[in-house]
Amino acid sequence: MTLAHLYEQPDAYLVVAALLLALGIFGLMRRRTLIGMLISGELIFASAGLNFVALSRFVSPDPAAGQIAVLFLMGIAAAEVAIALSIIIAVYRNYRSIVSKELSELKG
Amino acid sequence: MNLNPLFAAAASPTTPATDWIILGLFLFFVATTVVGAVIAVNTVRIIRSVCGLAIACLGLAGLFYFLHSPFLALMEVLIYIGAVCVTIIFGVMLAEPDEPAPEKMRRPYPVIAPIFASLIALGLFGGLTYVLLHHQWTAPTASLNDGSVAAIGTSLLSTYSLAFELISLVLLVAILGALVIARGGRTKE
Repeated sequence: MTLAHLYEQPDAYLVVAALLLALGIFGLMRRRTLIGMLISGELIFASAGLNFVALSRFVSPDPAAGQIAVLFLMGIAAAEVAIALSIIIAVYRNYRSIVSKELSELKG
Repeated sequence: MNLNPLFAAAASPTTPATDWIILGLFLFFVATTVVGAVIAVNTVRIIRSVCGLAIACLGLAGLFYFLHSPFLALMEVLIYIGAVCVTIIFGVMLAEPDEPAPEKMRRPYPVIAPIFASLIALGLFGGLTYVLLHHQWTAPTASLNDGSVAAIGTSLLSTYSLAFELISLVLLVAILGALVIARGGRTKE
């Protein structure tokens, strides 16, 4: 395949998904607040979704299955964000901070 | 309803210029995704990080469109930018989420930790890229459906109907749980 048909190859999408996963892991390690870690987790979700759609488009014989998996993944991600943000707000009420280093007590 | 006008043009290549325009669009969406992700993990202000996530999701929606799934592109914009990013901004308003200044943190190894994190991320990216570039992806010989919106709806309500109902239950439980958790301790102050 030539460069002009880069968008017709699975490799291009999978490399972008691997880059998103690496950036998400990097942010998960480097971020010092809970919301920053939540955003990095969303990047990892996005990377998994891109992998699902790319592989179902190019490799799987059922192109609808990957899209449905990503729809479910978006639902799970939305539920996860709602739960995580409510936990973050509860933590902020108790500690007056969401810096992950300062959350070192088990009983608030 | 033809949601794929771009690929109607791509299926019948008229001029080489069309190919290059489509390639340019693809590279633009890839760059949007990557730049948005870099902004999301590397800024100090958390509100810029949320904007980076929104930019990355916009680029991702474009990539979904290139993967012949325009419905997912719409859902990506609607759910991620419209719901997830706005919800995170609500969380930003209710807490004080900015990254603390580095000198306040008294980190024991201020230089080694970022290098270590970068090495892990680079190793992960390099390893995954090496593996997937050296794998021969084979196209399927036959296709069960065409992956259109109608095919998604049919399988969603036949093959995946149980999972479809369960995801709505999960969302209901998540909403109730979020209300319960965020409400606790509200009268203490």
